[in-house]
Amino acid sequence: MLKIDNLKAGIEGLEILKGINLSVKKGEVHAIMGPNGSGKSTLSSVIAGNENYEVISGSISFEGEDLLDLDPDQRAHKGVFLSFQYPVEIPGISVSNFIKAAITEKRKVLGLEAMSAKDLLLKMKEKMDLLDMQKGYLSRNMNEGFSGGEKKRNEIFQMAMLEPKLAILDETDSGLDIDALRVVANGVNKLKNSENATIVITHYQRLLDHIIPDYVHVLHNGRIVKSGGKELAHELEKKGYDWITKEADKKWG
Amino acid sequence: MKQEQLSEDELLAQVTSAEYKYGFTTDIEADTIAKGLSEEVVRIISKKKNEPEWMLDYRLKAFKEWLEMEEPDWANVDYPKPNYQDIIYYSAPKQKKTLDSLDDLDPELKKTFDKLGISLNEQKRLSGVAVDIVMDSVSVATSFKSKLAELGIIFCSISEAIQEHPELVKKYLGTVVPARDNFFSALNAAVFSDGSFCYIPKGSRCPMELSTYFRINEAGTGQFERTLLIADEGSYVSYLEGCTAPQRDENQLHAAVVELIAMDNAEIKYSTVQNWYPGNKDGLGGVYNFVTKRGICYKNSKISWTQVETGSAVTWKYPSCILKGDNSVGEFFSVAVTNNYQQADTGTKMIHLGKNSKSTIIAKGICAGKSNGSYRGLVQIAKGAKNSRNFSQCDSLLMGDKCGSHTFPYIEVKNNSSQVEHEATTSKIGEDQIFYCNQRGIGTEEAIALIVNGYCKDVLNQLPMEFAVEAQKLLEISLEGSVG
Repeated sequence: MLKIDNLKAGIEGLEILKGINLSVKKGEVHAIMGPNGSGKSTLSSVIAGNENYEVISGSISFEGEDLLDLDPDQRAHKGVFLSFQYPVEIPGISVSNFIKAAITEKRKVLGLEAMSAKDLLLKMKEKMDLLDMQKGYLSRNMNEGFSGGEKKRNEIFQMAMLEPKLAILDETDSGLDIDALRVVANGVNKLKNSENATIVITHYQRLLDHIIPDYVHVLHNGRIVKSGGKELAHELEKKGYDWITKEADKKWG
Repeated sequence: MKQEQLSEDELLAQVTSAEYKYGFTTDIEADTIAKGLSEEVVRIISKKKNEPEWMLDYRLKAFKEWLEMEEPDWANVDYPKPNYQDIIYYSAPKQKKTLDSLDDLDPELKKTFDKLGISLNEQKRLSGVAVDIVMDSVSVATSFKSKLAELGIIFCSISEAIQEHPELVKKYLGTVVPARDNFFSALNAAVFSDGSFCYIPKGSRCPMELSTYFRINEAGTGQFERTLLIADEGSYVSYLEGCTAPQRDENQLHAAVVELIAMDNAEIKYSTVQNWYPGNKDGLGGVYNFVTKRGICYKNSKISWTQVETGSAVTWKYPSCILKGDNSVGEFFSVAVTNNYQQADTGTKMIHLGKNSKSTIIAKGICAGKSNGSYRGLVQIAKGAKNSRNFSQCDSLLMGDKCGSHTFPYIEVKNNSSQVEHEATTSKIGEDQIFYCNQRGIGTEEAIALIVNGYCKDVLNQLPMEFAVEAQKLLEISLEGSVG
């Protein structure tokens, strides 16, 4: 589904990603872990097409198509979803109106008829139940006055509504207390199926107790320096990152 | 890398190049008099309209006052002063007879409205809106009149009111905006050609939104509309006014006067969508919109002004309320968009005279391109207006770094039991907001439309439903290329 080849990218002339290789297949959950500043958020931004980041070389293909060739909204239409680490506020636009706009645009591009208001509301209700959300959410303005946890829940709610093929969860656990974490993780698990894939970006192991990854990758200094199964996450939890990063530094300098 | 996200500059270039979509003229024969303004012209206008003596006297007096006045230049706008002798002061579309129904409308006129996306029949049928169309200067069609007449509501052109209801016109015309009020109101009083008149009798609630579409049509013709709206004791009316003008290369002067009178316990809601031709993207052409709008509130009454201003090259407009009666309420909700080289100096005056009077001002400015937008507002609380309150909020949204936004609040409070609050913010549409929307599959243009609509929500919510939709569409068109 997603294939990243020797991707080098950066911001304002500074190279942050120094050759990323990653392959994600349908039905898989990948965790990308790493210390602060290792390039985790840069990677998610580049996949989503944030114009502040510059791709220096390498490629990203998504279902056989060159993703770098597409605008961010086109990538979204193809089924790429990013759950933001810091979701922005959009004053005056309700959650329901925002989601309606997103779904309408996508359906327009795919040549589908607009969803009826009734169907849309029913779907929203179903997905809100999944995430244990109060009905009042829908009429609140996008992220305005939301707590950290509410913002993250709102991200996963949009993901549930948009049903992406590839979901990238960027530090979705930060700002969540343990109960909210469980609800959100539970929601993500229920949305998982054999046709979609998830990339979980996180600093801590705790989210991975709830969302069990098939693969764990350690990102350090712009490179994936170690990959393994879910047991790697437990090892990191016990031993920290040092043993891996030191080894890597010796190799890459 | 081929990924072509628009940079902010490119985005700006797009916004700046969005062209006015309503640029077309209707080919209708018009009855026009020669250019220029003199006592003779005033007499001709009055005569052509078959006006009574008192009306002619009113005009002549206003004309004499105008001669001694000077065009104001305190506003934060810069434009070549019009040559008042180079303007045609009267132009009426030639219509053989007055119309009973919209079906009898001139096919050319109909086409114009269709192009604007305003189907009168549709509106008549679906939304129950009575429409009094002012094409150039003379009303050509009035609908729902008989239905309103049953309730004793008078809704007609001002010319007709002068003929049919002289006692009302004589009693109220010029009482809220006297001819000598300012240069443009004097000019209007002298030469106004037509406009709307509305009277709601005691205790009645007007069952439908009253609406008028104005258009400037004849090349080089100034528009001097006159609107007089009287809500008698305990009555209610919601009035809609919308404007679009065809594309022109020379500047067109529009100096309207609107007077509202809300008697005891009455309520008037006056909504405007203004979309006069703003000039092209190089700042050439466009309408000068110098309007005096004012209402007077008697005891326990309320006047609410809502305006969405997207057009005109230069706007000079301050819909105001004189809160004369105790417990009276004045409101002003405004969205003013300027793009390209547009200039707008707009705001309101809330004059508190009555005790416990209340006023609310919500002004939202959106500036793009190389435009200049100013909010100018006066809140004046007289000594006797004990326990009065005002709340003002003035926000500006800037797009790019070539436009300017200014706020000129004036506050005068002459007693110590009143409260005045003023809040102001300035913001920019953030790239991170646009990217967030993009990531959800919402394209950049739609994203900006969404963000702008959200920003204007408090004002758009004040508009009647059908009008709000139209206003939203207009915001989109006005800031097309990036804003909606």
